[in-house]
Amino acid sequence: MSELTGRTAEELGAAIAAGETSAVEVTRAHLDRIDAVDPAVHAFLHVAGESAVAQAAEVDRRIAAGEKLGPLAGVPIAVKDIIVTQDMPTTAGSKILENWLPPYDATLVRKLREAGLVVLGKTNMDEFAMGSSTEYSAYGPTCNPWDTGRIPGGSGGGSAAAVAAREAPLAIGTDTGGSIRQPGAVTGTVGAKPTYGGVSRYGLIAFSSSLDQAGPVTRTVTDAALLHEVIGGHDRCDSTSIDAPVPPVVEAARRGLTGDLTGVKVGVVREFAAAQGAEPGVVAAFEAGVQTLTKLGAEVVEVSCPHFEYALPAYYLIAPSECSSNLARFDGVRYGLRVGDDGSRALEEVMSLTRDRGFGPEVKRRIILGTYALSAGYYDAFYGQAQKVRTLVTRDFTAAFEQVDVLAAPTTPFVAFPFGSRTADPTQMYLADLYTIPSNLYGGPAISVPCGLSEGLPVGLQIMAPTMADDRMYRVAAALESTQSPRLADQTPEVTA
Amino acid sequence: MAAISREEVAHLAHLARLAVTEDELDTFAGQLDQIVSSVARIGEVAADDIPPTSHAVPLTNVMRADEPRPGLSREAALAGAPAVENDRFRVPQILSEET
Repeated sequence: MSELTGRTAEELGAAIAAGETSAVEVTRAHLDRIDAVDPAVHAFLHVAGESAVAQAAEVDRRIAAGEKLGPLAGVPIAVKDIIVTQDMPTTAGSKILENWLPPYDATLVRKLREAGLVVLGKTNMDEFAMGSSTEYSAYGPTCNPWDTGRIPGGSGGGSAAAVAAREAPLAIGTDTGGSIRQPGAVTGTVGAKPTYGGVSRYGLIAFSSSLDQAGPVTRTVTDAALLHEVIGGHDRCDSTSIDAPVPPVVEAARRGLTGDLTGVKVGVVREFAAAQGAEPGVVAAFEAGVQTLTKLGAEVVEVSCPHFEYALPAYYLIAPSECSSNLARFDGVRYGLRVGDDGSRALEEVMSLTRDRGFGPEVKRRIILGTYALSAGYYDAFYGQAQKVRTLVTRDFTAAFEQVDVLAAPTTPFVAFPFGSRTADPTQMYLADLYTIPSNLYGGPAISVPCGLSEGLPVGLQIMAPTMADDRMYRVAAALESTQSPRLADQTPEVTA
Repeated sequence: MAAISREEVAHLAHLARLAVTEDELDTFAGQLDQIVSSVARIGEVAADDIPPTSHAVPLTNVMRADEPRPGLSREAALAGAPAVENDRFRVPQILSEET
């Protein structure tokens, strides 16, 4: 393994800018690493080796010409395959979009390219981001670099595993109910979900539009903040994008690294701790993390989110309802797969056959569930009621943030589980996102930062902040990270095939 | 909460334009029943006076000047189509022989 793949994005950017190495050299080192370990990890669905090297050469040329580029210029990045890219296929982990080449770049991809980042390829995911283990990818699962017999989390398991296995120093994920933070936690990486609307959704294939948010997956909190600054900001192409400056997240992360949290009030949600099913090792690592925050000077108090137990059920009505509507566009007419069009079948039958062949079991389950929740007679009892619960959860968090600056919680109730152990029972799988879902419902930012091991596997600690207070969350996360030497992300075991 | 029958799943699948096999009907009916039972407790909270929240960001309609500007070229728009004829999307027949 090249020494270059062991460095953080910040270190790589600085070395490239200083002329100690080149973007091409750094890109080649990561492509070599992908060649060596991806057969065992399967983090990537598409590797764009040639275009990555060409892009890197262009960055080197711009630097040589004296052009002033950002701190991540020349640093390679992997992008979750639900984000459209003009020069490489985008499948959303689904057979219905196999080999589809989008006609445009997502806004965040355009921003990455403008800032000189080098797109290595597209990462594996649960089909249309529906799942908590990457076992629902139509192209086979991704393996957790810590133990290849276990899941890397989901739906962004590919992005998290790519970073954990050092195939990419940075990756982009999307988080609808925890799909950035939950894979981050179980692979020992940092996963940040910005405030809803803080990063443009233009070019994200929609799963649940009122919840979906793209964000960074990295090895350090500072790297996440640096990437957040690149992709954040208002976009005219997304009517839900917030028209306000990106909070000073990099400055906040650097301040956090000094390890001083004097004057910061951290809330621990009583109901999270009492929730059923959390593994004792996860709870112990979380409690040790909270102790560390206290030692750094933070004041820790208990707060209450009385409607927490209703957040998960509300999510599992809202997300499928929005997905049943969003996925209606996959009808085999304008792009993607078409099945059964032999001249003997009418449009409706061709659509049904196409969608049957194109969608996997979890997607079908959710489309049918969403259709049920939105249908006459059930709408008020299910969808309407879930939207009211959303109000109650938001009120709980608003009240909590009147007492504290940030909230701390475990990211996941359990460490990475073995493949196949939760696929038979969807309700058991859904529990993986128990602690991450509330922040999607109220729209605030949340980050998972590694906080120790349980049974030899990584555990994440989650910091949540009020809407548009992303900087606070980075400060506390960086302070926690500063106490770890070596960092958990630097301890990933060597992957063997 | 009433159990979800195979017939109900078949009807929902039809509404969603999803062909499902007999085996899938059995599996989904069981699983959907379990999911719906586990989420049904949201009916316990949220009285009539609680307003629903549909979105984390208060939405306002975004307008722009109604001026013509270049969009995708015909070639780009058709590039991913499953079937093309005479520079247009070719769609399956709309009416079947029975209807």
